[in-house]
Amino acid sequence: MTVIDLLSYEDALASYDPVMGLEVHVELGTRTKMFCGCSTELGAPANSQTCPTCLGLPGALPVVNAIGVESAIRIGLALNCEIAEWCRFARKNYFYPDMPKNFQTSQYDEPIAFNGYLDVQLEDGETFRVEIERAHMEEDTGKSTHIGGATGRIHGASHSLLDYNRAGIPLIEIVTKPIEGAGERAPEVARAYVAELRELIKALGVSEARMEMGQMRCDVNLSLRPHGREKFGTRSETKNVNSLRSVERAARFEIQRHAAVLSSGGTILQETRHFHEEDGSTTSGRIKEEAEDYRYFPEPDLVPVAPSREWVEEIRASLPELPRVRRNRLREEWGVSEHDMQSILNAGAIDPIVATIDAGAPADQARKWWMGELARNANETGRALDELPITPAQVARVTELVAAGDLNDKLARQVIEAVLAGEGDPDTVVDKRGLKVVSDDGALGAAVDEAIAGNAGVVEKIKGGKTAAVGALVGAVMKATRGQADAGRARELILEKLGVEA
Amino acid sequence: MPGITREEVAHLARLARLELKDEELDHFAGQLDDIIGAVARVSEVADQDVPPTSHPLPLTNVMRADEVRPSLTPEQALSGAPAQEQQRFKVPQILGED
Repeated sequence: MTVIDLLSYEDALASYDPVMGLEVHVELGTRTKMFCGCSTELGAPANSQTCPTCLGLPGALPVVNAIGVESAIRIGLALNCEIAEWCRFARKNYFYPDMPKNFQTSQYDEPIAFNGYLDVQLEDGETFRVEIERAHMEEDTGKSTHIGGATGRIHGASHSLLDYNRAGIPLIEIVTKPIEGAGERAPEVARAYVAELRELIKALGVSEARMEMGQMRCDVNLSLRPHGREKFGTRSETKNVNSLRSVERAARFEIQRHAAVLSSGGTILQETRHFHEEDGSTTSGRIKEEAEDYRYFPEPDLVPVAPSREWVEEIRASLPELPRVRRNRLREEWGVSEHDMQSILNAGAIDPIVATIDAGAPADQARKWWMGELARNANETGRALDELPITPAQVARVTELVAAGDLNDKLARQVIEAVLAGEGDPDTVVDKRGLKVVSDDGALGAAVDEAIAGNAGVVEKIKGGKTAAVGALVGAVMKATRGQADAGRARELILEKLGVEA
Repeated sequence: MPGITREEVAHLARLARLELKDEELDHFAGQLDDIIGAVARVSEVADQDVPPTSHPLPLTNVMRADEVRPSLTPEQALSGAPAQEQQRFKVPQILGED
C-alpha cells in the first residue's frame, strides 16, 4: 500500500479554498420497481424478484411506477425545485454485469426537478444554503458478489455472481450545484447536508433512507483552488460514502490530499476514488481519461412524463412540515439549546420523544429517558432508538407512574430495563416485581424506626439542629427497603418521629 | 454532411464489446456511413420548427399503480443463463474497474 501524502488540515485551508459537489442516491420505498411490478421487498432469495422487463429480455416493455414519479416530485418540491412540465427518460448505455439490460434507464438533460436549494443548519446554529442542480429518476443496479478474491473484492476474483432483485428499484439522484464558500467548514457542511437530506426524505415518507442499508448513498466530488481564484481546480469523485461520519471524513481527507499534491507542484487526476471506513482514507479507482461515453438517447419504450400543474400543486399542498422548521419549533417548545437539539437529532431521538410527549409525558421527562437510559441501551446493543423493544406509550406510562409517586427514579429505571428485557408493559413489570414505592406509613414506619434506632449519633445531630443530617437516615431507610421507599415521605416521618421541625 | 468514420465505428465497437476484424471495420464503416447519410436527408425537409421526434405517438403520463405482480421464479429467471452458481448469474472475471 502506497503512503498518501497529506497536508495538515490547517495548512491546506490556509492556501486553498475547497469546492464540493454532492451526489446522493435515494432508494425509494415503493412496493414495486420503477418500471415493472416486481416486489422490492428486502431479504428475498436471490433472483426471485425479477421479470422479463428488469432482466432486459427481448420484447419486454417498461411502464413507469406512478408512486415513483410522485415521490420524485415530492422530493423536488421539498428541495424548492422547479418541476418539469414535460420530461423524458433516457438510456445510459454501458456494459457491466450489474445491469442486465446493458443500459440504465435514467434521465439526462430533462430531469423532473431542477434549480432548488436546501438550507442546512450547522452545529452552532449557523444556516448554510446548499443549491440543488437537479433531482432525477433512475433505477438501481443488481448486486454482485465477487468469488475467489482474497476479501470478496473484485481484485483477484475469478468470477462474479449476480442477483438482480435490486435491479430496477427506483432511485432518485439528487445533485448539488458546486458548493462554494464553506471554507474550513466544508466537511461539516457536507455532513450536515446529507443529514438534513436524510431527515427530509424520511419526513416525506418516500424512503426510510437508512444509509447503513444502502438506501441512501453519497458520492463526494471535491476540488481545491488557490484563494482568490475563481476557476475550479480538478476534482476527484469519492464514491459510495455511506455514513454521515464518512461523508465528513472523506471530504476532509480529500482536502488534505489535494493540498499535499498541489502544494508540491503536482496535479490532481480526475478520477473516482474509493473510501475506506477503517482509516478514513481514499484510494485511486478508475481514471476518467476521456469523458464517459454513455451515448444517452431518449428512451423509446417510455412515453414522456408531463406532470400537470394541478397534480404538482396537490402534492405541494400535502408536504409535511419540513424537518428544519419542525426542529426549530420543537427546540423552542422544549426550551433546549441548538447544541442539545443537534445531539437529539444525531441520536435519532426526535420522533420517539415527540411520540412520548403525545402519549402524555412531560417534555423534559420524555427527553430524559430517550437521551439517557434508552440511548445508552441502544448504544450498547447496537440498535437505533426506534428499534428498541419499548414504545413511546410505555415510556410515557413510566413517567406517569413517577409523577404519581408510585415509582421513584431508581425504580423507574428498573421498570424500563425490564420492559426492554421483554418482561411486559410497565404496569405488568411493577406488579410482577413488586416495584411500587413504599409510602404507606406502616411499612415505612418500621424501616424508619430501625434507622433511628441504629444511628444514635446522627439522631443526636439532628436533634441538635443539624437537620441536614437527616439525609443519612433517609439513606438507611432506602437501603433497608432496597430503594423502594418514597424518600420524601421517609424524611417527613423521621423528622416527625424525632419531633423536629423541618 | 454527417457521416461516420472508421475510427468512430471502432470506438463504438469497443463500447459495445464487439470484436471486429479490420475488414469488418471497413465493411461496417461504409455501410453505416450510407445509412447515416440516408437518414440525414430527413433534416433536408424537416425545418427548424419540427422538433426531433423520440416518440411517434402523442402520449404522455402512461403510468401504472404501485402494485406487486408475480415475478419469474429463480429457475425461470436463470433458465437462459450460460452459467449459474448459488442461484445467481455467473459472469466471467470483471476487469478494468473496481
